[in-house]
Amino acid sequence: MKSKFLRGITHGIPICLGYLSVSFGFGILAVKAGLSVFQASVISAANLTSAGQKAGLDVIAAGGAIIEMILLQLTINIRYSLMALSLSQKLDKRFTTPHRLLASYGITDEIFAVCSAQKEPLTPAYMYGMIFIAAVGWVTGTALGAAAGELLPAAVSTAMEIVLYGMFIAIVIPPAKKQHGVLFAAVIAAALSVMFKFAVPALSEGFAMMISAIASALLTALIFPVKDEEGEAEAV
Amino acid sequence: MTIAIYIAVMAGVTYLIRMIPFTFFRKKIKSRFFRSFLYYIPYAVLSAMTIPAIFYTTHNMWTAVAGTAVALILAFLEMPLIVVALAASAAAFIAGLFF
Repeated sequence: MKSKFLRGITHGIPICLGYLSVSFGFGILAVKAGLSVFQASVISAANLTSAGQKAGLDVIAAGGAIIEMILLQLTINIRYSLMALSLSQKLDKRFTTPHRLLASYGITDEIFAVCSAQKEPLTPAYMYGMIFIAAVGWVTGTALGAAAGELLPAAVSTAMEIVLYGMFIAIVIPPAKKQHGVLFAAVIAAALSVMFKFAVPALSEGFAMMISAIASALLTALIFPVKDEEGEAEAV
Repeated sequence: MTIAIYIAVMAGVTYLIRMIPFTFFRKKIKSRFFRSFLYYIPYAVLSAMTIPAIFYTTHNMWTAVAGTAVALILAFLEMPLIVVALAASAAAFIAGLFF
């Protein structure tokens, strides 16, 4: 139990470091929008998401309608439903309803990514460890950014922003070397994403990402369906 | 007060989006197509999130290229996640000193 928790913490350290730098930026923006350090930190602790928080901040600053807030969060964060569904397929038996209710709080892009790359079924302790360290980074970064503003040298903060992307690359490349399907899915998704960026700049980043990923995964599933054993061992 | 309502609504919606499928979906998916889709979706998501965004993170194409190249090489050699992630960041920082 304890070692699974520690394992989750270890796997969550790159996420924590990446979050520290990204949420630092959110903290700065929140204070600029008129929120206190405490309010900014509460938003980060309660939401644990980047794009949704940034959009929510804009609604608060503009004094927008509550329904606008609801629709915006639904649109930006609906990808988490897909991730939650995917993770629900590889949960250990120890994941009872109370554990599911608790751990679902921490399904972020990065935590989802690291959890899906695990070969063995996910245990609550493992996910709690990862969520804990990631949330610490996210909330600490927000509070520091809100309190200290732009004190961090730009060279350090920008270099830190690449941490999360480095981790993504480390997750995709090893299976892409061995499985044509994974390589194909990654290449098609990247190509679509680049296409949207330049051909349809009006489309929000969240939407562009979601359409690229879904289209690529559908196409890959048609061309490279997983074998039954592979499905049992890895996809399930 | 109003800000508290905004924050509560925002957090509530975000939580429900994550919680409902995670908690109430108990069955193992039988369809081979859907299982394949769910198997590939993480890689497709990560790839679409990384490219082209990684080249815009550091506001300097050269530092981003250095970070990306280091990450690709170390990932190809199957180094641990934290090694790849921190080395990419270090490469971007060092490149930033020169460009």
